[in-house]
Amino acid sequence: MNEGLRSELSKQGIFTTTLGDLYNWGRKNSVWPLQFGLACCAIEMIATTMARYDLARFGAEVFRPSPRQADLMIVAGTVTKKMAPQVVRLYNQMPEPKYVIAMGACAISGGPFKQGYNVLKGIDRFIPVDVHIPGCPPRPEALIHAFMTLQKKIETQQLTGVNRPRHLDAEAPSEFPVPKFGGHDLEPPNNPAVWHAPKLVREP
Amino acid sequence: MNQPDPYLVIVVFLVAATLFAVAPLLLAWIWARTFSPRKPGPDKNAIYECGLESKGDAWVQFRSEYYLYGIIFLIFDVETIFLLPFAVAFTKLPVGAFIAMMVFLLLLVEGLVWAWRKGVLKWS
Repeated sequence: MNEGLRSELSKQGIFTTTLGDLYNWGRKNSVWPLQFGLACCAIEMIATTMARYDLARFGAEVFRPSPRQADLMIVAGTVTKKMAPQVVRLYNQMPEPKYVIAMGACAISGGPFKQGYNVLKGIDRFIPVDVHIPGCPPRPEALIHAFMTLQKKIETQQLTGVNRPRHLDAEAPSEFPVPKFGGHDLEPPNNPAVWHAPKLVREP
Repeated sequence: MNQPDPYLVIVVFLVAATLFAVAPLLLAWIWARTFSPRKPGPDKNAIYECGLESKGDAWVQFRSEYYLYGIIFLIFDVETIFLLPFAVAFTKLPVGAFIAMMVFLLLLVEGLVWAWRKGVLKWS
């Protein structure tokens, strides 16, 4: 059905939709985050859920204390190398469909603690991140914006085809390898299926 | 004469209620079978869900000696909770309530005497 016909019908008071759109509409408005904060960004995350910023408007006020009931992992704060295996394991324990928001400079890159010997330089080295939020810490508005970005992403995902979400793809892995806390670094230091070191291109 | 059975409404209601409960579950099941492939895994199927690996078995056995702690807890903690309102309302209580409380106290004091003679109260 083309857009013209759809808008023509909606002028006559007839609402048309597709199964995929209906599915995604339900999915994007009932994303339940995992109740899980790592550092100071978590305070901003808490503020986002409270009355002033009111994440409940987006259907996401129910922070679940168990990964079994959560759809979204908000990695809010510095991920230390000791904590990284637990984060990945929690991600593995979440049922499909699941999404990840990396909140704050630490979660996306290590942030101000990047030079620290025990800080993971971005959780996207181990699990696929859908939305990155810069900031130290990001304001609640930034988290809400990230949330809306995620909703837009969910909205555009098709039931079939290349653009389908991971949980509808039989080929996509169900679990990501959990790194071990080794003597000097995490073993392996990153998941090559998810992350590649950026290539430096030098201008001649 | 041809009145339907008055209980027919209940039967209709039961059928409708069952359908109302089962239909969404069935729909979700059919949806899952049609679209989303099953993806179990060792982490996902783990018993414990706090991020740490579970150690040992879920079928932990407790030592039967813990009944001693149970008895001592009853005597020194639970009894106090009952004694306080008993003491507050003591002057207004009928004789029956007093006797019932005394029986209750006697039962627990019996346990205390038994634990004392057994040497449980000795700190060693």
